[in-house]
Amino acid sequence: MTVATNHSVNPQSDVLSPEQISASRNRQLVFTEWQVSDKTFYGLLAIIGLFILIAAISFFYVEHHGHYVTGMNNQVVWGMPHVFAIFLIVAASGAANVGSLGTVFNKKEYQPLGRLSLVMAMALLLGGLAVLVLDLGHADRLVIAMTYYNFKSIFAWNIILYNGFLVIMAVYLWSMIDRQKLAKKFYKPLGYIGFMWRFILTTGTGSIFGFLVARQYYDAAILAPLFIAASYVFGTACFILGLVFFYRFSQRDLGQDIQNRLRYTLAIFIVLVLFFEMVRHLTNLYATEHHGVEAYILSGGDKITWLFWLGQVLLGSLLPLLLIWLPSLKNNQKALLSAAGLAIFGGFSQLYVIIIGGQLYPLALFPNASVESTFADGVVATYSASLPEMALGVGGVALSALVIVIAVKVLRLLPERLQDE
Amino acid sequence: MSVEVNKIDCAEPNDQSNKIDRYRRQFLGALGVTAAAAAIAPGVFLREVQAKPDGQAITNKVRWGMLIDTNKLPDGGDSMIAACKKEHGWGDDPHASPAQQSQWVRKVTFKDNLTKHETALPVMCQHCETAPCVDVCPTGASFKRDDGIVLVDKHICIGCRYCMMACPYKARSFVHEHLENQRPESPRGIGTVESCTLCVHKIDKGEQPACIEAAPAKAAVFGDLNDPESSISKALAKYGAQQIRSDLGLNTGVRYWGI
Repeated sequence: MTVATNHSVNPQSDVLSPEQISASRNRQLVFTEWQVSDKTFYGLLAIIGLFILIAAISFFYVEHHGHYVTGMNNQVVWGMPHVFAIFLIVAASGAANVGSLGTVFNKKEYQPLGRLSLVMAMALLLGGLAVLVLDLGHADRLVIAMTYYNFKSIFAWNIILYNGFLVIMAVYLWSMIDRQKLAKKFYKPLGYIGFMWRFILTTGTGSIFGFLVARQYYDAAILAPLFIAASYVFGTACFILGLVFFYRFSQRDLGQDIQNRLRYTLAIFIVLVLFFEMVRHLTNLYATEHHGVEAYILSGGDKITWLFWLGQVLLGSLLPLLLIWLPSLKNNQKALLSAAGLAIFGGFSQLYVIIIGGQLYPLALFPNASVESTFADGVVATYSASLPEMALGVGGVALSALVIVIAVKVLRLLPERLQDE
Repeated sequence: MSVEVNKIDCAEPNDQSNKIDRYRRQFLGALGVTAAAAAIAPGVFLREVQAKPDGQAITNKVRWGMLIDTNKLPDGGDSMIAACKKEHGWGDDPHASPAQQSQWVRKVTFKDNLTKHETALPVMCQHCETAPCVDVCPTGASFKRDDGIVLVDKHICIGCRYCMMACPYKARSFVHEHLENQRPESPRGIGTVESCTLCVHKIDKGEQPACIEAAPAKAAVFGDLNDPESSISKALAKYGAQQIRSDLGLNTGVRYWGI
């Protein structure tokens, strides 16, 4: 086992006073690789690898036959893969929050976790992008997406934002873990750039829908801040699960303080998402032109309505809030893990309602009229995800997990102890 | 429709409705003359749609457009749709489910909730001046030619379907499978998006789009919207026309009467 002392807790302070030196010795952090038995590690890789293998088979199956083997059609053109992809991309931005809190806001409590935070952010983004790319009609034309740009398209900007995010996070991580101190000078600037980049990135992702004038459920500026708030929920929830998992499996101490901080971060942003959702729906309910789509989502009675009220609101938001704020569950790790798991479920429900629900509702070509055609005009379309779509989406999650697990095993990302002071 | 108009005139004779009726007769007369001229001397008519030499670049001096009179479409555009299908070979893909079949043009029937008036019309790519599909396309595969025709460059379409999300008319379809025997002028490669091309291959040869040729007499006019002397411009200048979802301000190249 190699022990690396942490030089990045406060890399900016070159000259320390004797008091600071003694204080820092007392609180000296030791970062090590994830210490688990080979059996556990390779077992874990095998399980993750299995999901990736199934996803790869699914991709080649769809690639070979065409999208007719999926549940997607000309009405619902983005399906389950996009729900997974956008969840992972949005979560990526939120997962980097812990890093930002340490660097930008100088919160010492979060600084030891910055490394894991950035690795998770990159891994989640990679997983999401993989799903997005592999669902393209022409995944083989990825080089075209990288070389032909229409700068009026938010999609084109997102390609740059996503790639830029990976580069920034990688250098930012280097500035944290570099023992030669070559990259130390990048730590603060990249912390700030990364922080801003995250906002722009999630704004860009929310604007994929916000910029769509055609559809009743999109075309709203509030989607960008909604996605930013959601990114904190998804990212924090994923981070909590990952952190507790790695610490439990290597019998490391994980103090209540850091868990409670993450717990309340999660709660605050769940409330913020609920607030943005409420404002969005109330605004829509005020405008007659949106009454139809609101009635469909909120009270249409099919699975979208259930996913909204039961999935997103009750199980995905209110129940986690209860688990977090109920006094009797204070310092209860199981309650925290349940809250994080439920918040992720709520996130998937939310994105399914937005992405699929928004497409299921017909386009309004002729208002105040009953419309029909051979192309699903005037009627709610149908969609159910096929197995290859599900497998591809789950494969994206697995890819993220693979990157994280390998990274924590080979890099010194995890502090040995995170007990309360 | 003209019968209905007469009914309204009988019930409520007044100057305004007579005036509208008179305009309408004049317009129908003008359309009739145009059609007759087209039948007698095609050369005269086709001067509006001149063949473009292959080496000549497309210019924005021309903007192609279409005017459809839904009152003159007893079949709601079925004949136009059939002609499009025949010309481009879409709609019978062997594996695609009904919801996955491409529809470059479709018949939409709508009945006003209050008046119960029912209208049927063919809806296809509206060849917008500021097309949302062109805006959102990440690679520029979805593009507008200088003469106003909105097309998909099948070579650089990556199949992301963002244009399908963005089109307010749901005019685009995705090719869900490998297809054999594609028309050379209408490539339908798997994993790319497709839509009405306004029969660009015919226009460039100085011909009319297939749907226009198949439309019932006087029901549809095709021509240069930039040329004030073209039949379509004259008709539009005189009587105006409607756009579907004009609230979006897209300045569509396809206009309708009777919607």
